[in-house]
Parts: sequence; structure tokens; C-alpha cells
Amino acid sequence: MNQATAAVGGNPDSGAYNEEVIRKFVIAATFWGIVGFLVGVLIALQLAYPQFDPSLEWLTFGRLRPVHTSGVIFAFGGNILLATSFYSVQRTCRATLFGGKTLADFVFWGYQFFIVMAALGYVLGVTQGKEYAEPEWYVDLWLTLVWVAYLVIFAGTLFKRKEPHIYVSNWFYLSFILTVALLHIVNNLALPVSVFGAKSYVVWAGVQDAMTQWWYGHNAVGFFLTAGFLGLMYYFVPKQAERPVYSYRLSIVHFWAIIFLYIWAGPHHLHYTALPDWAQTLGMTFSVMLWMPSWGGMINGIMTLSGAWHKLRTDPVLRFMVVSVGFYGMSTFEGPIMSIKAVNSLSHYTDWTIGHVHSGTLGWVAFVSFGALYFLVPRLWNASRLYSLRMVSYHFWICTIGIVVYITSMWISGIMQGLMWRSYDSLGFLQYSFIETVEAMHPFYAIRAFGGILFLLGSLIMVYNLWRTTKGHIRDEAPYVAAPMVEGARS
Amino acid sequence: MNFKILERNVIVLIVAILITVSIGGLVQLIPLYTMEVTIEKVEGMRPYTPLELAGRNIYVREGCYLCHSQQVRPFRDEVERYGHYSLAAESMYDHPFQWGSKRTGPDLSRVGGKYSNEWHVGHLVGPRDLVPETVMPAYPFMLERDLDFGDIALHMDTLRAVGVPYTAEQITHAFEDVKNQANGEEFDPDALLERYAKVPIGDFDGDPERITEMDALVAYLQMLGTLVDFTAFKPELSHR
Repeated sequence: MNQATAAVGGNPDSGAYNEEVIRKFVIAATFWGIVGFLVGVLIALQLAYPQFDPSLEWLTFGRLRPVHTSGVIFAFGGNILLATSFYSVQRTCRATLFGGKTLADFVFWGYQFFIVMAALGYVLGVTQGKEYAEPEWYVDLWLTLVWVAYLVIFAGTLFKRKEPHIYVSNWFYLSFILTVALLHIVNNLALPVSVFGAKSYVVWAGVQDAMTQWWYGHNAVGFFLTAGFLGLMYYFVPKQAERPVYSYRLSIVHFWAIIFLYIWAGPHHLHYTALPDWAQTLGMTFSVMLWMPSWGGMINGIMTLSGAWHKLRTDPVLRFMVVSVGFYGMSTFEGPIMSIKAVNSLSHYTDWTIGHVHSGTLGWVAFVSFGALYFLVPRLWNASRLYSLRMVSYHFWICTIGIVVYITSMWISGIMQGLMWRSYDSLGFLQYSFIETVEAMHPFYAIRAFGGILFLLGSLIMVYNLWRTTKGHIRDEAPYVAAPMVEGARS
Repeated sequence: MNFKILERNVIVLIVAILITVSIGGLVQLIPLYTMEVTIEKVEGMRPYTPLELAGRNIYVREGCYLCHSQQVRPFRDEVERYGHYSLAAESMYDHPFQWGSKRTGPDLSRVGGKYSNEWHVGHLVGPRDLVPETVMPAYPFMLERDLDFGDIALHMDTLRAVGVPYTAEQITHAFEDVKNQANGEEFDPDALLERYAKVPIGDFDGDPERITEMDALVAYLQMLGTLVDFTAFKPELSHR
């Protein structure tokens, strides 16, 4: 059996699979997604309209920003990865989840408990002060336990598979689970002040802590938001398109290349800092090289549609998936450019970085996740189809416009602020005080918040659509019909 | 190359993945601990005083690093705006580092001594009262809340365990040194200055009766970037 048939085939007898836990993960992902987007909108509004400061310590930008980042990455993205990996690993292995219902439920409730503990801590001021690794030592320990259980289930299911071959999506999921464990443990090594208190001090200091943090931080992007979601792509895009993966050879080459190269890219977050130059140069070089395997994944995803492009007209779910891969290609092109030191000297510390991250997370991660949710919900709740395909299309367009508004405003504000910082007047003095650059950001912060609101609105349409789907309802609407083929246009 | 074995054996696949993802991290991380030139030799660096440490913990708690960097890059405009570019030595006792990745607000690595205590207090309580265009949140509660420093010696003990060279004497006197620095009862700045060099001393929050979180945070802000003696620093000896 080759790759292609493994993806498109699969066992129709789903009765033996553990689907109950996947339903729970799907609900959790949808819930946390909305929470994460909502907090994002809130903090975007805080920057645009600071005069409405409630002066409550729990609602300051500094405490809510980790709620937003952890909420969308670990709560929304994490639950999506758990749901989709458990769904696809059972089917590509023709085996039910290893460890049975109890272990799967432990991972579900354990992971939700981790999210709640982390978020409560942030709001109350319990944080390690390391970006994307804010949870304190006791939350980190708990997550380690849950993560090991996740690895045991996933690897155990692979172990007892009835297929001779391990399907490509599972390589990506496996590398994501293993590497995230490694990153999490090393970056969070800390000594608590007291076993009865929340505060700890991380064992790394200064420049070494900076390198460890961004080795972790960039590979949270590389393995959580990329390798994991590429695993998702390799199962769900072929399924939705009903086409085999474009190239098996390409999937091998870009898999091993991407996991080898990504881990080196961390220092591009530390250009021109006190990190030694040799490390910065290594980070830049590998970041530029990373462009190639990233586009290998994009090509494999998009070209899976060869021979099925017409489906984009009639299948808005597939549209989500294909556009997500397009955004993936775009942000993995922008990333290497921003990692070049000369470009980074302008972009670093500005909103350009924020825009770049959001083109990846909204355009790629969230869109491919939406595609997977639309794929999963009718199947998991035994509905004949989605409640409404038209509403999928509304969701798609509202969110796409939201993303474009978001990243465009951040490009402008980021590049403008970077240029204003380094601008000199004719007498050789700095032309702008810092606060003048802040003032110049205001319109773009307002536009960005508007883009975020659009994205949230689109996602709420999805929630309504999915909710009606679980009830088995079907909306009375004009169906999508393929336009008649023009004679002679086939070539 | 034959990939069959990797794709048919879970254990082999796991081991191959772990080896592949470990190489980059090992190459970049280990030399930072083994190469002596990673951290420059400078005059003046010392661990934080107990009050500064408490202030730094508030800085971390409030997520200030999410909008303020503490890392000046070696560019003409940054050096003119903020001061000498940052050295690795200046954050050698920072657990965790707070270099930040975004400047929604200005860099703070050399903010020490640039503004008065009164300015900092007024700005933290009502940022828009002093800087109308700012987007910073207000922190009035810091002025109201007494600093919790009962276990500050324990914090320093923990830091010593992870490599900060606090002396036994500094840890023994930690609790009273908080009061010594913040103009508290039994105020004895000389005792503090014997244990730490270049310490900003005084009643930071404007209320001599109490030691508040504001005292600690302002004490921390007022020492940022002031320790290293740059007249004795030779950049040509610090090529890394």
C-alpha cells in the first residue's frame, strides 16, 4: 500500500475507534478558540484606545497578553492537534487508541486542567516571565505528565497498527510530540522558592537563558504550529480533496529537512543583541535555508489538488484548507527574509513581527484548523453533512478580509515605526521622540483591532454552523453547483 | 537512500527524530556555557539588592517585558536614544532574562537615573497624566499594596542555588536591607552600601511610612543599566 491510498482509503468501520474523546477535544478547541480570539481583540483594543483603561490589575495588557497567546496556541491549537492526531492515527493505523478510554480521557481532562491553571495564573500575576513559556513550575510539571501520556497513546497506537507502513501525517505528529516535550523540559528547568509557593527561578541566566528561550520559542512555532499542523494537512487535505498526496518523495525530503533545520533558527530572535555573533549568523543561515523545506510542504499540500482544482468552486471547506497552505507558503517566505540581519535591524521590536506571526497563525494554523473542524464535526456527530456550506463561505471571506486588514496594518505600522526610530533630521539629531512613534501607531492599532473583530465574527459563524450540524439540521439554501465546463477549456 | 526501516519501525523512527532535532540545539547551546568570551569581563556588575530583586519580580509578574525591551542594539540611533549598547555581562544574574522582543514602549535597559522617583510614581499611577499619548496601562494598586518581602532571603537562597553569587552575609541581612534601601524603620543605608555597590537609596514611592510594591519597582527601574563602568570597558577585548 502506498502513501496515496493510505490517505484516501481508510477503514469505513469506525465503530471500533475511540471517537468520544475526539468529540470532546473538538468542543474544547472551538471553545478555547473563541476565548483566545476574544482576548486578542480585547488587548488590541487596549492598545488602540488606552484611555478606557479600567485600572484593574487583572485586565492589564501585560497579564492578558499571555492569556491570548497561550489561549490560541496551546488551548485552541493544542486541542486541535490532539483531536486531529487521535482521529487520523486511528484510521491510518486501523487501530483504536492505545491505553483505552481511561488514558485518553486523562489526556483530555489533564490538558484542559493545564490550560485553566495556566490562564488563572497569568491573570493573577503568576508567570515565569518567558514568552510562550509563562506557566510556573507546578503547571509545567503537570503538563509534562499529560504530555508523556499523550506520547504513550500516540506511539502505542502506531506500535499496534495493522498497516505495515507508518503514514506521513504520523511522522509529523510524532516529531511534534517528541520535540515539544524536549523543548518544554529544557526551557522550563527551574528551582521553586518553596514547594508551597508558585514562584520559581529558572536555572538559566542572561544570554544563555535568552538562547534557550528562543531555541524553545522558535521551535514552539516550528513544531507546535508547523510540524503538528503539517501532520494535520497531510491527512485532512487529501481526505477533503479526495486526491492522493502529490509526492511521496517530496514528503520524505521535506520532513527530514524541516525537522533538522528548524531547531537551528532560534537565534534570529536575538539579532544584534548580546548573543555572540557566531550564534546569530548560524541562526540566520539556517532560517534562510528553512525556506526550502517549508515550501516543500506547501507544494505538497497545494499540488494535492492537481486534477481537483474545480472543487474549490463548490467546496468552501477545501477552500479553507488550500488558502491556509497558501498563507503557510507566504509566511514561511516572509520569515526567512525577516531573519536576515539587515532586514531584522528594521523589523525587530516592531509590529512587523506581530503581523508576520498573525499571517502564520491566523492564515495557516487557524484556517487549516477550521477546515479540519468542518471535516470532523459531521463525521463525529453522524450528521449527513454540514448545516450550511454557504455559512462556511461567509466565514471564509469575513476571516480572510480580517487577516488581510490585520497583516497589512501591521506591515505599515511596523515598517513606519522602525524607520521613525532611526530617522535623523538635517542637523544630525534623532528626528522623533519615542512617544511620537507611539502616537503615529494609533490609526493602525485601530485598523488592526477591526481586522481582529472580523476574524472573531467569522469564527462565531463557524460555531453556530457547527452547533447546528451536531443537531443534524440542514439549512435551506442554494446548493453549490459546479459551473458548466466551457467546451474546449479542458486543456 | 532507503527509508523503509524508518517508516515501518516506531522505535527506529523515534530515535531518528530525536537525533535529528537535537543537533542544532546542542551546537548552539553548549558553547555558550563553555566559551569564556560569551560574557564580557566588566567592572561593576553585582547581584540585585533584596529590594531591587522584589521590584524585578513585580516587573516580571506584570509582564512588562511584553512591551519593553531591555537590550540596546549597537546602532547609532539606539545608542543615542538609550545609551551604550547592552552587554551580555549586564544580564548575567538575570533569572529569567528580560530582553523582550517588542518595543510597544521604549527600551528600559538604561532607564536608571533618567527620571526622578516622583516621575516614575506619577507615571505608573496614571501614565496619561504625564504622557498623554501613551498606551501603557495604569498601575495605581502598586502604591496601595504593601510589599510582601517576608521570604526575600529564601528567594536569594534559591538564586544562589542557580548560580547568583550572593554571600551568606547578604542573605542573612536581606530582610533588613529592604528597609535600609527604602527609607524604612531602622533605616541604615551605610550597612546596605557595605554589602552592595552603587545602590539608589531613598523613599521611592513618596510615602516614608510604608514599603509598597511601588518602592520596589521604582528601586529596580532606577538601577537598570547603571552598574557597569563603561570608562573601564574595552570593546576590542570583547569580540565574540
